[in-house]
Amino acid sequence: MKIAVPVDEKNMETTVCPSFGRSPFFLIYDTESKNATFIDNNAAASQGGSGIKAAQTIVDNQVSALLTPRCGENAAQVIQAANIKIYKTAGNSLQENIDAFMEGKLPVLNEIHPGFHGGRK
Amino acid sequence: MKIAVLSGKGGTGKTLVSVNLAAAAKASTYIDCDVEEPNGHLFFKPEKLVNETVAVKIPEVDNLLCNGCRKCIEFCKFNALAYIGDTLLVFEEVCHSCGGCALICPEKALREKEKAIGEIQRGVSGNVKVITGILNTGEASGIPIIKKLLDDMHEGNSKEDKKKNNESGKEFVFIDCPPGSACIVMESIKDVDYCILVAEPTLFGVHNLSMVHELVKLFGKPCGAVLNKCLDGENPAEKYCRENGINILCQIPYENEIGTMNSNALILARENDRYQALFRGLLDAVAKGGAP
Repeated sequence: MKIAVPVDEKNMETTVCPSFGRSPFFLIYDTESKNATFIDNNAAASQGGSGIKAAQTIVDNQVSALLTPRCGENAAQVIQAANIKIYKTAGNSLQENIDAFMEGKLPVLNEIHPGFHGGRK
Repeated sequence: MKIAVLSGKGGTGKTLVSVNLAAAAKASTYIDCDVEEPNGHLFFKPEKLVNETVAVKIPEVDNLLCNGCRKCIEFCKFNALAYIGDTLLVFEEVCHSCGGCALICPEKALREKEKAIGEIQRGVSGNVKVITGILNTGEASGIPIIKKLLDDMHEGNSKEDKKKNNESGKEFVFIDCPPGSACIVMESIKDVDYCILVAEPTLFGVHNLSMVHELVKLFGKPCGAVLNKCLDGENPAEKYCRENGINILCQIPYENEIGTMNSNALILARENDRYQALFRGLLDAVAKGGAP
């Protein structure tokens, strides 16, 4: 199966990015072939709605699961509309999180936050 | 004459100044553009209220017509659209109502529908026409409401202008701005004749004053400062005004009586001759300062 992870750099030794929508890159990883592809997140510098656009990228890459420390409600709505499961990462090591996911140790992400939408308040 | 009252932060005294100026003028209009938390009406308690809904346009998709070309998604600067499976999702809260997606859709699968974001309330309080903009909680932007508030002002004025020559009376319009110096404030001041900057006598107050001063300079508006909550001793805001050539229109003392009356939603200029004289004086200073 294919999974997606927001990451800080384009290598397997990198860390999981704490932000989903504004993560610089995504890892698209095939758990069977171990094939790793890093893609740019073209939503990272969006004025607004980055979660929606980033989620669109994840959906378009036809992954089955997203591993992320947190996810906003708009992004979650897009991800869930595509029947992609969201799992909560633990710690920031990419490799450890992939391993934990493979062993079925990552919990489903339940707390969907209302987003950090800029405004004047 | 259209006068905006603004400050770099909330709680400085915009409403105090604009409400009392409107009350001190012979005939005036008070427009509350602080649509996220309008409070001028609490002082005026206007009567004969008439409400009008303000709506914006947002897209509505006909998924039978949509062929998934995604031109709308590419177009949308605010990422308010996503295409999942064979369904176009519209995120209404993210949409900024530009209408571009409906224009660009080659299949005519998007059309616009109205969405209420707030209302305008018009009423009267003695000599003052009170107009209040109210943005519904959770809406992204109050700008459509401010546009509507100020469009009305122009319509009113064109008729008023004709009358003006006959009556030679001065009709004042006071605009109680939102705090800060963001888009919503720019929208509120762009067509005014004069800006009153309200400042507190602290270093923080000076920082906020400099923000709005920079803004009105950018807009090329004549302006003057009202120093609020003045105490004995050094006033950093006063110093800033002197150093930057800002005309100080008046100083409002830091007084128990003002605080008490204000927190009981009383209008100083209507309750007390001394305060009425203070705001009449301010009005005269503004009328002179804003004269071409």
